[in-house]
Amino acid sequence: MQKFTTLTGIAAPMDRANVDTDAIIPKQYLKSIKRSGFGPNLFDSWRYLDEGEPGMDHSRRRLNPDFVLNQPRYAGASILLARANFGCGSSREHAPWALMDYGFRVIIAPSYADIFYQNSLKNGLLPVVLEEATVQQLFEGVYAQEGYRLSVDLDRQTVTTPSGQVIHFDIDPFRKHCLVNGLDDIGLTLEHVDDIRAYEARRRKEAPWLFR
Amino acid sequence: MNGKTLYDKLWEAHVVRTNPDGTALVYIDRHLVHEVTSPQAFEGLRLAGRGLWRVDANLATADHNVPTTGRRQGIADPVSRLQVETLDQNCQDFGITEFGMNDPRQGIVHVIGPEQGATLPGMTVVCGDSHTSTHGAFGALAFGIGTSEVEHVLATQCLLLKKSKNMRVRVEGAIPFGVTAKDIVLVIVGRIGTAGGTGYAIEFAGSAIRSLSMEGRMTVCNMAIEAGARAGMIAVDDKTIDYLRGRPYAPPPQLWEQAQVAWRSLYSDAGATFDHEIEIDAGAIVPQVTWGTSPEMVVGIDGRVPDPAREQDATRRASMRGALEYMNLVPGTAIQDIAIDKVFIGSCTNSRIEDLRVAAAVVRGKRLAHNVKLAMVVPGSGLIKTQAESEGLDKIFAAAGFEWREPGCSMCLAMNADRLEPGERCASTSNRNFEGRQGAGGRTHLVSPAMAAAAGIAGHFVDVRSWR
Repeated sequence: MQKFTTLTGIAAPMDRANVDTDAIIPKQYLKSIKRSGFGPNLFDSWRYLDEGEPGMDHSRRRLNPDFVLNQPRYAGASILLARANFGCGSSREHAPWALMDYGFRVIIAPSYADIFYQNSLKNGLLPVVLEEATVQQLFEGVYAQEGYRLSVDLDRQTVTTPSGQVIHFDIDPFRKHCLVNGLDDIGLTLEHVDDIRAYEARRRKEAPWLFR
Repeated sequence: MNGKTLYDKLWEAHVVRTNPDGTALVYIDRHLVHEVTSPQAFEGLRLAGRGLWRVDANLATADHNVPTTGRRQGIADPVSRLQVETLDQNCQDFGITEFGMNDPRQGIVHVIGPEQGATLPGMTVVCGDSHTSTHGAFGALAFGIGTSEVEHVLATQCLLLKKSKNMRVRVEGAIPFGVTAKDIVLVIVGRIGTAGGTGYAIEFAGSAIRSLSMEGRMTVCNMAIEAGARAGMIAVDDKTIDYLRGRPYAPPPQLWEQAQVAWRSLYSDAGATFDHEIEIDAGAIVPQVTWGTSPEMVVGIDGRVPDPAREQDATRRASMRGALEYMNLVPGTAIQDIAIDKVFIGSCTNSRIEDLRVAAAVVRGKRLAHNVKLAMVVPGSGLIKTQAESEGLDKIFAAAGFEWREPGCSMCLAMNADRLEPGERCASTSNRNFEGRQGAGGRTHLVSPAMAAAAGIAGHFVDVRSWR
């Protein structure tokens, strides 16, 4: 997993609630057997005016000028400001893969769907949770000022605004530890091989029908 | 605490170890695998030189990409074909049992698990698909996972999890004529909201839930995720046990008695406490139709498209406006005045034999409306298809102008060739009405199988309670 420590970057606003994973990366791109290359199709049906299919040259497609990420002021954005229940719907990990492949490393929202939140953490995409009113204030900041940049420090658990306001966020200590060090969950779990074997031995006696 | 909830019991039985921070390593009994969310996980195993922890805990099938017509000719789309072939190859390389595209047992992963008895009470069941909550109907802890977690389960048979909170939704009373499990769960999603169940495991309980068949219970648990809950579940009773008896992966006769005794303890104790409780009066439920682009945007068949101007909350108002624009609907329109272009009967929500029987009973002796371009019936598995054909359901559908297809996910998410064209409106028995879900620009209204069938005959939504 890619490590995450600190980041300063342009924030882009995704100003709608309940953004679902079908919107983040439409199903036709889920046919890929790779983890990379999803960036050009992030928010595909909002971002382009034509209907996209895998294998197209996306640089030649017609962009939707009204879509927020197509506006020059948000070019190169690495922080996505979002509304409540971001990432609802399917379990597709292609959603965080697409966000990261596009260039996002941080999302800031009042809440996330559970599976999306976990998937993001496992890929080095930091989902910051802030109160609704704070997120609203950041949206206002982004709209008011072109080139609005936020600084995110995972170790200190802070988001700093251009005016120097420091906002604290909470994150599970274990997940933070994994993100900061880029740790692989599987490697950590395999340190407990004996516990898993002991559980299986006990369970095999209690419920032998589960081991056939 | 005076007692344990069903979720508490399932959780505690699977904890391998608890970490100081409260997270736990949880053992997974059954892992269901399909072609879309697994290739990168197998690739990860290969790159790390890791093998499978327990091969026999895995069961695979191809469902999302498979065509529902002309299977003999294989998959025309080369990208889809590669993904299905990759699953075949991975299962072969790692020794996983797979019901391949032309196996008679192939079907939607959430249909075949229970059908094979591979889903059992007391199990933890995971799959790289959010509708894994379906399996909770058997008193199992079942939830969807991402691809990193798929790889984690393949390699360790465990997941690192934080315990969810307990929510109970009690649906009490007799279910009125014409109202189905789908209507019940749509009402629940409408009540809780699409994020209301986030962080919770939901137990569905009450006399109305107990009165449902196993098929109906699966429909309810299937859509727990549409209320934001990763897991939905229902206590074990005689119906659960009767359903499983004799299924290929169910316990053999010499273990059956022991298993059954254990399963009968899978319910919430009388004194158990829940973090959140909701009660719904089954008698007040009418057939439901979604009008927007989130499953929570739902109304009764006797209702009208709501007016965003009456919504106080600004974010919700904006969502409603966006949804109505996408759906091309005007506030105040009677739901029964909404005409449709296509009908889809299928998906892991509503493609089981009971669903097909109900839909067939509605269309028997009638014809598809002229304005309906296509109505398709997609059974959930090859075995369901065979069963339906033995009952003559395929002939009833065909006589009514409904196409009878091969099993798969089909137009629930339109990864194969089955899809809506831009602007087309569909009465669909699936689970998500998100923008573009059934095809770019397509408009989805979620309904029960009976309601979808009736809409196909009438050409617009109608109240099945007065169908004749």
